[in-house]
Amino acid sequence: MKFVDEYRDPTLLRQQLTLLRQLATRRWVVMDVCGGQTHSLLRHGLEEALDDCLDLVHGPGCPVCVTPAEVIDDAVALAFRPNVVLTSFGDMLRVPGRSGSLLQARAAGANVRTVYSPADAVCMAEKEPNVQFVFFGVGFETTAPATALAVLQARQLGLTNFSVLAHHVRVEPAMRALLELPDNRIQGFLAAGHVCTVTGFAHYSQLVDEFQIPIVVTGFEPLDLLNGLIECVRLLEAGSPGLRNEYVRSARPEGNPHARRLMDSVYQVSTIPWRGFGLIREGGLTMRSNLAEFDARQQFELAASTLSNEGDCRSGDVMAGRIKPSECPLFGKACTPDSPVGAPMVSSEGTCAAYFRYAKPVEICHD
Amino acid sequence: MTDHNNGETWFTCPIVSHDEGDRITLAYGEGGRLSRKLIRERLLSRFGNDHLRQLGDAALLPTKSGQIAFSTDAYTVTPLFFPGGDIGKLAVFGTVNDLAVSGAIPRWLSLSLVIEEGLVWSVLDRILDSVQAAATLANVSIVTGDTKVVPRGAVDQIFLTTSGIGEILLPAPVGPVGLQLDDVLIVSGPIGCHGAAVLCAREQLDFDPTPTSDCAPLTTPLVALHAAGLVPRAVRDATRGGVAAVLHEWADASHLTCVIDDASVPVGDEVRVICELLGLDPLNLANEGTFVLATPVGLVEQTLAVLGQHAVTARSAIIGRLHPRRIAPVTIVRAIGREVVLDEPSGSPLPRIC
Repeated sequence: MKFVDEYRDPTLLRQQLTLLRQLATRRWVVMDVCGGQTHSLLRHGLEEALDDCLDLVHGPGCPVCVTPAEVIDDAVALAFRPNVVLTSFGDMLRVPGRSGSLLQARAAGANVRTVYSPADAVCMAEKEPNVQFVFFGVGFETTAPATALAVLQARQLGLTNFSVLAHHVRVEPAMRALLELPDNRIQGFLAAGHVCTVTGFAHYSQLVDEFQIPIVVTGFEPLDLLNGLIECVRLLEAGSPGLRNEYVRSARPEGNPHARRLMDSVYQVSTIPWRGFGLIREGGLTMRSNLAEFDARQQFELAASTLSNEGDCRSGDVMAGRIKPSECPLFGKACTPDSPVGAPMVSSEGTCAAYFRYAKPVEICHD
Repeated sequence: MTDHNNGETWFTCPIVSHDEGDRITLAYGEGGRLSRKLIRERLLSRFGNDHLRQLGDAALLPTKSGQIAFSTDAYTVTPLFFPGGDIGKLAVFGTVNDLAVSGAIPRWLSLSLVIEEGLVWSVLDRILDSVQAAATLANVSIVTGDTKVVPRGAVDQIFLTTSGIGEILLPAPVGPVGLQLDDVLIVSGPIGCHGAAVLCAREQLDFDPTPTSDCAPLTTPLVALHAAGLVPRAVRDATRGGVAAVLHEWADASHLTCVIDDASVPVGDEVRVICELLGLDPLNLANEGTFVLATPVGLVEQTLAVLGQHAVTARSAIIGRLHPRRIAPVTIVRAIGREVVLDEPSGSPLPRIC
């Protein structure tokens, strides 16, 4: 299969693994900020294979994981309202808020439908004009343009029964927030290839200069990841932080201008809460006030999303690279994919779920 | 940069409800860990007897004149018709295959219909024609049945239940408890076709080429294996939960580790494309005409030769082997040669966000 097989070629992979080992003279701490990369590293056994020469930590790269429980509660509450259908991507359904997940809500009679694209929700709204359709728009800059497009389509169609409960988040401010932590350990970043495909990556040079840290735009296949890590380690070993692109088949410095324009026309940059982190300045996108009729928060008079600070889940520590998931006392015991305590265990892109699924299960107890 | 950076509380995650909830979610019906939990905790605890506790695809029951195999399954699928099959075909082949993989020749089926008020006659006729054609192909007779019509909304169009009786071919496979070290794991064809076909049909995902369900009866190649004296150690059709769920059941029953080789698992390009795009694993997708078989290493070549003579199993492939229990019940060797855990599917595979 083109664009897959050539990036999983065993001979090439072994060759690059050897090169990476030769390059690293010390165990550098490198963070990825993309759930897809996290899973690929673990799924293909790369993290384990590199454990002695690289300390790979996995940042807040899973959009589902950083969506506050309170926002999920809002979605659940909307789904229970009469005459409202809540639509969402599949992997959002299992993530529990404080009052359960959307899957549980559906079992209890709430109206929840899975869609593959926000445009599907617009189609439903067009076909069923007497029902209010709310799309639960979560995700990084990868999904935000599609939600924006759906809003513009709904406006063009003159729909009055479509709105978006948006909690879109931005990657770069989260990377900055991590670097500003007093106990930051991160020495290099793999930037998320798909996010960069949309947003571009030229703006990362500011982080590189300010924090003297290498950032390498990286893809998701095993060979992509090895090439990204090799470049990152080269920069670290040379002591010359820089910005590099190892995902040239997809990412450009300026990104995708069309997608960026779409986002800009619908969303404004805002300071919003991240689950496990707290408020991150300019860390999210909220709907522009001239589109209030498509903003579910306005339409259904919901309060601005908040974040409480209860609980034992150490997802924030995991996402900041302070601890490995297996160091969390709940991991594999009170917290498993079937009964998750925190979002990183339940989402298909979550770091804890990746560790549970792929890492050596010495300390895992499968009931 | 962050406003809540005030020590420990900054890095906590709001607690979430992590009980099961007081209601059954769809995840309990998807054939993975949660389905097994439901069966173990709610059904076996009440009805546990020696036959049921085997949790085989069919129960092997003693009668005065010998052993019979008995199996039952309920069928719901949306949409009712999909590339490669429909609910009628599924209902026949599903039960036929449960009997066949248990070492029996399927003979008689019951058919129960629960029909939603308002279903169009032509849809019912199409389904029943399909049941008839499938029964003819699988050489079974529908010998008893029942019909119910329920108010609109009580079921989704139509649900079918078939039970089946088959005559045991002796010796029958011992089943997963009889698995032994070094036994070889074989799948009977490219995996994930049914799951991918139904997903695409249900969600109207427009992939080219469109995946087609593998829905087919498996009796003939299994009888042929028996006739050739190549009785497998265990056979299981890899329906809900896919090949991964079968391997987990076998690992649990045998206390061994199923080790499979990623590169050897046959997956068609049309299924791979969908899995790569949606973040799904073909090993977790349902099959309706594909089995997993374990056989002693000495019988592998002949087994593959026999399977190769039948269209439905012509693309059989060795995917792995049984090892002493080590890091996990099921592991998979990835391209770089690292052996990693293969988790048991839990709940329905949900497509990822991005």
